[in-house]
Amino acid sequence: MTVAYHRRPVIWDIDYNAPAGKLVAIVGPNGAGKSTLIGAALDLVPKASGRVRFFGEKYSSVRARVGYVPQRESVDWDFPVSAIDVVAMGVYRQIGWFWPVGKKHLQIAMDALDRVGMADYAKRQISQLSGGQQQRVFLARALAQDADMYLMDEPFVGVDAATERAIVDILHELRGQGKTALVVHHDLQTVTEYFDDVVLLNMRLVASGPVETVFTADNLRKTYGGKLQLLDQVGHRMTIDEGH
Amino acid sequence: MIFDILEKLGTWDLCDWQTVLIAALAAMACALPGSFLVIRRQSMMGDALSHTVLPGIVIAFLLAAWNGVSYQSNQALFHAFLFSGALVVGIVSAVLTEWVRKQGKVEASAALGVVYASMFALGLLLIRATADSVHIDPECVLYGVLESEVDPFVYFPPAAIINFAMFLVNLVLVVVFFKELRISAFDPALATTLGINARWIHYGLMAVTAATIVMAFRSVGSILVIAMLIAPPTTAYLLTDRLERMIGISLAVAAGCALLGHVIALTLPFFILAPLGFAAKGSANTAGSMAIAAGIFFVAAMLFAPQHGVLMKILVRRRLQIKIACDDILGTIYRWEETHGDAITPQNWIVENAIDVGSSTPRKTFRQLVRQGDIIEQHGGFRLSASGRSRAKELIRSHRLWEAYMAKHFELPDDHLHDMAHRVEHFIDPEIRQQLIDELDQPETDPHGKQIPPE
Amino acid sequence: MSCPAVAYLSTLWTQLSRTMLVVVVYCSLTFSSSCVWGQAHDHGADGQRHKPTQGSLARSSFKLPTGEELVNVLLLRDYNTRVVTFGTILLGITAGLIGVFMLLRKRSLVGDVVSHSALPGIAMAYLIAESVGQSGRSLPVLMIGATIAGFLGVVCTVGIRRYTRVKEDAALALVLSVFFGFGVALFTLIQSLPTGNSAGLNHFIYGNTATMIASDVYVIVIASVVVWISGFFLFKEFKLLCFDQRFAASQGWPVTALDLLLMALVVAVTVIGMQSVGLLLVVAMLIIPAAAARFWSDRLERVALLACALGGLASYFGVILSALFPNLAAGAVIVLTGTAFFVISLLFGWRRGMLQRIWMQMRVRYRVQQHHLLRAVYEVLELVQIESIAEQDESSLIELKQAVSLGQLKQHRAWSKSELARSIHYARRDDLVVDIGSDPNVVRLTKTGRAAARRVVRNHRMWELYLINFADIAPSHVDRDADLIEHVLEPEMIEQLEEIMEQASATMRVPPSPHDVTTEPPNSEGPQ
Repeated sequence: MTVAYHRRPVIWDIDYNAPAGKLVAIVGPNGAGKSTLIGAALDLVPKASGRVRFFGEKYSSVRARVGYVPQRESVDWDFPVSAIDVVAMGVYRQIGWFWPVGKKHLQIAMDALDRVGMADYAKRQISQLSGGQQQRVFLARALAQDADMYLMDEPFVGVDAATERAIVDILHELRGQGKTALVVHHDLQTVTEYFDDVVLLNMRLVASGPVETVFTADNLRKTYGGKLQLLDQVGHRMTIDEGH
Repeated sequence: MIFDILEKLGTWDLCDWQTVLIAALAAMACALPGSFLVIRRQSMMGDALSHTVLPGIVIAFLLAAWNGVSYQSNQALFHAFLFSGALVVGIVSAVLTEWVRKQGKVEASAALGVVYASMFALGLLLIRATADSVHIDPECVLYGVLESEVDPFVYFPPAAIINFAMFLVNLVLVVVFFKELRISAFDPALATTLGINARWIHYGLMAVTAATIVMAFRSVGSILVIAMLIAPPTTAYLLTDRLERMIGISLAVAAGCALLGHVIALTLPFFILAPLGFAAKGSANTAGSMAIAAGIFFVAAMLFAPQHGVLMKILVRRRLQIKIACDDILGTIYRWEETHGDAITPQNWIVENAIDVGSSTPRKTFRQLVRQGDIIEQHGGFRLSASGRSRAKELIRSHRLWEAYMAKHFELPDDHLHDMAHRVEHFIDPEIRQQLIDELDQPETDPHGKQIPPE
Repeated sequence: MSCPAVAYLSTLWTQLSRTMLVVVVYCSLTFSSSCVWGQAHDHGADGQRHKPTQGSLARSSFKLPTGEELVNVLLLRDYNTRVVTFGTILLGITAGLIGVFMLLRKRSLVGDVVSHSALPGIAMAYLIAESVGQSGRSLPVLMIGATIAGFLGVVCTVGIRRYTRVKEDAALALVLSVFFGFGVALFTLIQSLPTGNSAGLNHFIYGNTATMIASDVYVIVIASVVVWISGFFLFKEFKLLCFDQRFAASQGWPVTALDLLLMALVVAVTVIGMQSVGLLLVVAMLIIPAAAARFWSDRLERVALLACALGGLASYFGVILSALFPNLAAGAVIVLTGTAFFVISLLFGWRRGMLQRIWMQMRVRYRVQQHHLLRAVYEVLELVQIESIAEQDESSLIELKQAVSLGQLKQHRAWSKSELARSIHYARRDDLVVDIGSDPNVVRLTKTGRAAARRVVRNHRMWELYLINFADIAPSHVDRDADLIEHVLEPEMIEQLEEIMEQASATMRVPPSPHDVTTEPPNSEGPQ
């Protein structure tokens, strides 16, 4: 697919197949389109061309099987809700319209919180949580869905060592259960340690595949060695209007 | 109806000119601080101030009356009371809002709302409660008394002179503090490092805005003044990218609002009352009509602005679509000629294979190309003319160079390259082609093996 | 742990005095002008525009209501008052509910746009109704006009933001003022009609509860019930929409539709609200109760309920006061009552009020000062004793039973005499130090004091080591209370740190882990 903003491509035609049951890291420099990739996959950002399929189907038919962990900063953490309220939002779809959150669903949310080690903090207001705890709450929200595939946007940014450990353990647990996870990752040091596959992105797909073969110095240089000037220039010419 | 309108306009006399003059000066005086409110994204602060000055006005009236000063007895002193009341209120509102926001950790727009709504309520309360001692008609405060400020016996009624003075003061302030205002609007942190106190600028701007609102309330009313604060600068914002020009245009638009506003005020009965079957008598309030005029100017700018206007963008987009469709057809014909020699390309083959040409536009596009002299129609098909061929060659060249480029840098299967290159080829000019050649080191064929036509 | 009242109050005073000054200025503006109130009489809409005249300000006191009047009003004996109170309270409750969502959406001022945009709708509805022979004053007709125009205003704002580069605030102000001006112009046209005395229509602008009749209230009831039902059944959907729109969209919730529905509810509330507080003030009913309620709770359900309650209460008081003192405009009084609630909530709010914050800050400062004292005592004694210990035997404890003089303490750390004296005073009170003999300048640690001092120094030094050695991940711990370090670091990391400490020089001597001291549970207040 290609994703464009005001007709200017931010992701130039990538063709990628995520392998099932693996942990995949998506890495690239800032502005490379990593978050846009996830956004476009989830229909949050319109695609200029191409299509995305989950388990062979359109996203709208298999939403329940895909869990999403957005960036922590996408939300105002001053909102008057507690940790368990946030996790319960992950099961709202199961509850459906109009009905309130019932005991059964609260239990699911509680179990998810327990899995991330935050059971004691269930009633805590979210602004009183540390960065790592907030990230775990977001993760629990996705886990509560019991999805088969997880898309995570930079879950390791600004978290403490204990939380990072906990999240990695959960990822490996998920993999053990045969689930897939696509994780936008910012820390090159830990890619080989945490993940099976890697996707190198810089406005276009530079390389993808198993970490052992693809995560090489050569590929990293291609990915992080600066923007392709020509892509920039042509993209600029294609920009049609500014809006705001 | 037209004749009625013209007849009414024919009665335009000195009083009307005076009305326009007073209103225009007030509007221009407002446009000056308003421009800075708009670029600092504090337009709603202007809205807030226009509400909070109400208690300030009432208290100033009260204090003046208490001291035996009234409009008739001592104009200058009376206006001094009003003016100082306004300054105080302006700064108090700004301070209160900041305080609520910081200490209460209340979200910015809510803090603004709390402060200005409560102060306005206070003002309304005071007006009604003190109605006995000080006769302030709430309507005159809110909508202005423009019509009663004209004086048929002089050329320049006192109100005009006051408004002119206000305009001059604001102009001088803007000119003197232009650099500071500009920097603190775009980068308060930078301003502070340069020794300009951004907070003082902020409070100063609030005070000047409040003072302007209070002086202008006689003409346009304290609520409608927000139209004069915000609308002309916003209109100017759509028309230019430079601050000095924006201020200049907003002054012109402000004056225009006054003129057009008064015309609308006189003719509005014809547009509204007459169609509904009422007698078209009387005229509307000029202040309100000025807001209508401001709206009209804004919509005009929104649609027709040379760079950012909506219509302009639509036009540009259409032209681009046509160009892309033309290019596409030229490219398709060239490809046929590559494989079939110099034969004529049948029309339906073109339509089938040209991707970017929708089912409805091929005929128009063919006509366009024929008109341009790029293709020649022959025996149910088309062939390229000399100019058409060179354009097509350019296109194919761009396309295949781009494919080669993508093959080098992207990890894409070969069958994806064509679509992407197809979209991009229209935007590649000779300069970019040269860079591509340098980068790819003088390639001869594209990834599919097809020859890249020379320049 | 207790705080001495005097010190608390004095610090409180310095903090509050600044803010009190602002409040006092604000209030004095009000009251200074109120003391020249004249005899009450309602300013009739006689259409005359008065120039301010030089009046003699006879200082007649304003009429206090008689006891009987008071009872009558409070018990709602009067039918009119009953009707008006009921309708206005309903409005207050409904506006409070929707106001909470708007506050959380950070779109509080959209209500202002809706209310100002509604004006031309009212005028046009009146004109059209009159032109087809109907009475232009029928409430449903006018409200339909208001609704359409209000909605149109919001649509224009959204359109301007989407299709031009005009920013949100300018778009709001522009739409608001142009629509309102149009409305004003239309009103003046109406005035020129033979039938049109716009006095009745003025009530939409300023609100006039006095003329509310039963049939008006029916409309209010219906609209309120619709809003409540939507708010109730869609509570979790709105909660999700306001908190995390992106996640909601990814889950398949129709975000745009929900947003539009919320806008529609705001329009509905605004249109009802014009009945009681008037168009210019209805935005206050949306913002103020919600903002006030936010200070009292961290749970959305409670905030919403409280906002409804505050809105209703403010309406009630407003109507009652207006009935008792006829020269007070009801709408204004309702809003000002709400503001009073807001100020009280801001200062004393349980969860987010100023006082609560100041209290927390003081607690932390107190604890920090205590720790500084304990550590100073330890370090002074350590310095004295370290010379006399031959080898670096890390298992030998520093003898903390020795006495320490204030002079030594003062030298050790840069604090003023009064600060030190105060710290000693509190420590003495908390049974951490005792005086020796009659000399007030010499103290020694008590048993609890000794245990506390060891713990404080150990934590402090572990923390320092941690920062030095693991600085790259330290920042994420900075907001944690140092006391909790043993709960924050993993066991492996603590082992590593202890190894490092063994190799540290004598000056970094750390007492062994105080296993006998019970570890505290996680700090329940969390970071500020």
